[in-house]
Amino acid sequence: MLALRVVPCLDVRAGRVVKGVRFEGLRDMGDPVELALAYEGQGADELVVLDISASLESRGPDTETVARLRAALSIPVTVGGGVTDVDAARRLLEAGADKVAVNSAALARPQLVADLARAFGGQCTVVSIDAFRTGSGYRVAGRSATERTERSVLDWARDVEQLGAGEILATSIDRDGTRSGYDLELLRALSDTVSLPIIASGGVDGYPDLIAGARAGASAVLAASMFHEGEGTVDGAKLALAAAGIVVRSSRASGVTP
Amino acid sequence: MNREIYLLRTGVANLASVEAAFERLGARVRIGSDPDEARAAQALVLPGVGRFGVAMNALRETGLDSVLKDRLESRRPLLAICLGLQLLGQSSAESPRARGLGAFDLSARPFPAGVRSPQLGWNRMEAGEGCRLLRSGWVAYANGFRFERRPVGWSAAWSDHGGRFIAALERGPQLACQFHPELSGALGADLLERWLQRALGPAGALAGGTAC
Repeated sequence: MLALRVVPCLDVRAGRVVKGVRFEGLRDMGDPVELALAYEGQGADELVVLDISASLESRGPDTETVARLRAALSIPVTVGGGVTDVDAARRLLEAGADKVAVNSAALARPQLVADLARAFGGQCTVVSIDAFRTGSGYRVAGRSATERTERSVLDWARDVEQLGAGEILATSIDRDGTRSGYDLELLRALSDTVSLPIIASGGVDGYPDLIAGARAGASAVLAASMFHEGEGTVDGAKLALAAAGIVVRSSRASGVTP
Repeated sequence: MNREIYLLRTGVANLASVEAAFERLGARVRIGSDPDEARAAQALVLPGVGRFGVAMNALRETGLDSVLKDRLESRRPLLAICLGLQLLGQSSAESPRARGLGAFDLSARPFPAGVRSPQLGWNRMEAGEGCRLLRSGWVAYANGFRFERRPVGWSAAWSDHGGRFIAALERGPQLACQFHPELSGALGADLLERWLQRALGPAGALAGGTAC
């Protein structure tokens, strides 16, 4: 049986891991490779690396950091930020990314999702959706969550599945950095709408939030601050998830038995 | 022992993860798509992401399809990964008109409705009877298609995602994994090391080897 993935997220800017509240007020959290190796050692199932500044500054993705991570890590690495076309995605894949996440550029040109899926396969193609809640359902935000659109999250999710995407990284920008837990309603709605795996993101405070995310239908639970601040560990998260009856991958470090 | 592998560049696969994994084992990785070099290589790796039809076209255009067919037939060392495993079969529902390498009579099919697809992440693998290289444990997948039967002459390891499917096949120095050993942590690294030793060791160096 497929295990729930526990996925630390590294928000990288200029080669350093940073963290801010609701995409603002960024603080330095350390060297990406050092942090990544520590998480792999704790039993992380995958890493998501987002070059969060790429899209705002309209520059290409940070292939140098990706190559450093690849040389060190033997778990899957998903990279996003600044991927505007097939060539940018190819550079990231060649640098060592296993999956590439697109966001703003796909919103501007949905055909990009189909182009990526055709060039590299759907299993490489992640669509990152920044969602915010309105009185009439969830809407999509673009440009590192600085721009709010009228597009429905569920319609967009259906579209990207049709276009050949292999996974959705669903971030609640209402919750991101607030430590109030994942937006579980968003996760439930998405997992009922598409058959793609969904990575839950935005708002984790503690292990109970990861358990709730898994129960709301997420295939992977992503967290950043909790791990970076040392308030939780990946192996601790897996023990809590396993105790709640959720299947996780055992690893030497965590001591979780399958 | 000269620890060197020849990693095929098929134009549709990202090679960095495979290259890095072998380099961590202290192996030298040569990357190319030259049929003569591929033929001469002692340990050959066929990676794979991307689509079945596109990959087969790429193999045909470079003449690597016949190199691979010969190698499969003569039981020389080969590691096929993910789509690489599926290419050894007859066909795939992903690209209905394309023909595979035909080492065995299997067709890759999508996962059934009711489970998340593609299958992304870690699943348990159980090594079946006769497996020498494969051992049970957690392995990392990224696939939308899979084989459901074990072909004659190969030992199999299995996983379950909406039903049992082939996690990997082995036959002497030939190993074909649906999962990504290069992304499967310590278990994957151990498997690559065992394959490398089998491929480059005295038994693997004898063309033919022995079927398991």
